[in-house]
Amino acid sequence: MSDVITADFVDLKLEADDRQAASRSLAERLVAGGRVTDLDGFLRDIALRESQMPTGIEGGIGIPHCRSVHVTEPSLAFGRAAAGIDFGASDGPADLIFLIAAPEGGDASHMQILAALARRLIRSEFKDTLRAASDPEEAAAYIRREVS
Amino acid sequence: MKFVAVTSCPTGIAHTYMAAEALEQAAKAAGHEVAVETQGSAGAQRLTPQQIAEADAVIFAADVEVRDRDRFAGKPLVVGGVKRAISSAPAMLAEAEEAAARQPAAAGGGPPPTAAVPVATGPPGGPHFGIRLRGWLMTGVSYMIPFVAAGGILIALSFVLGGAEIANKVNGGTFQGVKYPGVTDLSQLWEQTGFAGVLFKIGAVTFSMLVPILAGFIAYAMADRLGLVPGIVGGLIANAIGAGFLGGLVAGLLAGAVAMWLGRIQVPRAVRGVMPVVVIPLVSAFVVGFLMLVVVGEPIAAATRGMNSWMNGLSGTNAVLLGVLIGLMMCFDLGGPVNKVAYTFGVAALAGAAGGQSTIMAAVMAAGMMPPIALALATVLRRALWTEAEREAGEAAWLLGASFISEGAIPFAAADPVRVIPSMMIGGAVTGGLSMAFGASSPAPHGGIWVVGLIGKPLLWVLAILIGSVVSAVCVLVAKSIGRPTAVEAVSAPAPGLAAARA
Repeated sequence: MSDVITADFVDLKLEADDRQAASRSLAERLVAGGRVTDLDGFLRDIALRESQMPTGIEGGIGIPHCRSVHVTEPSLAFGRAAAGIDFGASDGPADLIFLIAAPEGGDASHMQILAALARRLIRSEFKDTLRAASDPEEAAAYIRREVS
Repeated sequence: MKFVAVTSCPTGIAHTYMAAEALEQAAKAAGHEVAVETQGSAGAQRLTPQQIAEADAVIFAADVEVRDRDRFAGKPLVVGGVKRAISSAPAMLAEAEEAAARQPAAAGGGPPPTAAVPVATGPPGGPHFGIRLRGWLMTGVSYMIPFVAAGGILIALSFVLGGAEIANKVNGGTFQGVKYPGVTDLSQLWEQTGFAGVLFKIGAVTFSMLVPILAGFIAYAMADRLGLVPGIVGGLIANAIGAGFLGGLVAGLLAGAVAMWLGRIQVPRAVRGVMPVVVIPLVSAFVVGFLMLVVVGEPIAAATRGMNSWMNGLSGTNAVLLGVLIGLMMCFDLGGPVNKVAYTFGVAALAGAAGGQSTIMAAVMAAGMMPPIALALATVLRRALWTEAEREAGEAAWLLGASFISEGAIPFAAADPVRVIPSMMIGGAVTGGLSMAFGASSPAPHGGIWVVGLIGKPLLWVLAILIGSVVSAVCVLVAKSIGRPTAVEAVSAPAPGLAAARA
């Protein structure tokens, strides 16, 4: 199994007007990395999940995510948006955006890595480290270390 | 204190685990212990019976129905959405502490003495009523689905092996001019009808459990074990009065409400032991049974009589309009009283039809085959809109629809009647109308695709079914995606406000 995240999937200067644009920008990185086979199909699945309940989490986090047939293996793209992007959390926009892509019908062992990631999102040191990260490789390596 | 918690969310890849982590951290900070079962896609580490027995209180942070919630029967319970746990885990733990203090858990963890406390109530700040209602219905439906699949496939197999006349061989009736007496003594079943007849009978008995199981487990979701007796009794009576699955929904909700209410009555310690075993089952079964038989039963019978005579007065109406009407009726309650009136009308038309081929019967059968096929199609087109249980039901529904077993659609209709039933009726009207317009005709009262060789204009008849299926599938997908956001939004909406109010 490949790494859940690589430096190519990290954008420390994410600029997007809204959550759809943010998801699209991050998803394009997953497409380029061969993790997502159909950009529009994948974004439809993301939007569908988002429409059920916004994925903003208090503390400046947005986690657009879905299970999709267009995903080849569990993958994560991370974006840092200094300006903040509204993900519908009650305390305001998100500056840390995690686009979580899970394959439809992935087995439990596959999903464990995403579960571990979700748990880290609650920890302030995880968020602080990512807010302070200075280059994509550093951020990706830190995330990989934390979730493995 | 020791707590156990269950977290679950629709996608099962993010919020489930974030909520678990938040609860664990908050517990650690407050000096409590909490064991969390994450019912997500990475597989759940199941709470052990001992962990549950030792827990002072239970926390559900869930946007979808908690699996196997009966394990927690009788424990003090706090309910909220996953987002609430993520944003205000300390507040939820504080509530769990309060709940534990109000109602000390049984030391041994044995359910009987405390089973009288309904688990599904929760504090007033629990999920929105609409969400809870959907959870109750889904619980009933998820227990019913295996019965639909097993019974439906048995019946379909019996048609394949024994021909569509097998139903009449077992139950009696006329098929293509041949009159069958039916099997009155089951010990003669094998001799008179062979293997196919046995399959059919087992399938029919399995189907007779659909409504009781649906009603029983809706009530179970609402009032835990206390709901089972009145729910199942109410469901059996719904069967007996021919009220169909809609009658079962009513019976289940009624039973759950009655059992919930009875479970809350405070009684002296001395009689507490007999409440869940004798008093509550007795009283709740009586109340639900009485209401179903006396209050619900008679109006249904009267309506059925009225519809029958009205339908019989319709002969000579424009054929296509009649087909549309039949389609609407067949798809309204899928085996309930309205459906039965239309079906009986079709069978009666068959008896008087020239050459034994009836266009009305063909429209009836087509409109009855359409709903399961439409829903199976819908689950394939948009998998994310459906729960796991519904997708599984969708897989069986292809065969059930093809075999004219409309019950294949009941799991979907029972889980979300407001969106599913009108969608099915629209497609039913299309199928029924087209079947009549095409002039398709059937000599058989059932059999579905297995009797297609006997159908007059078979290709057009199949086309009518397919067009209606596509129409219904599109309608139901649109209905599901329009209504849903607000419905699910409601889970998270009350949570932050409530947390703020309490903090």
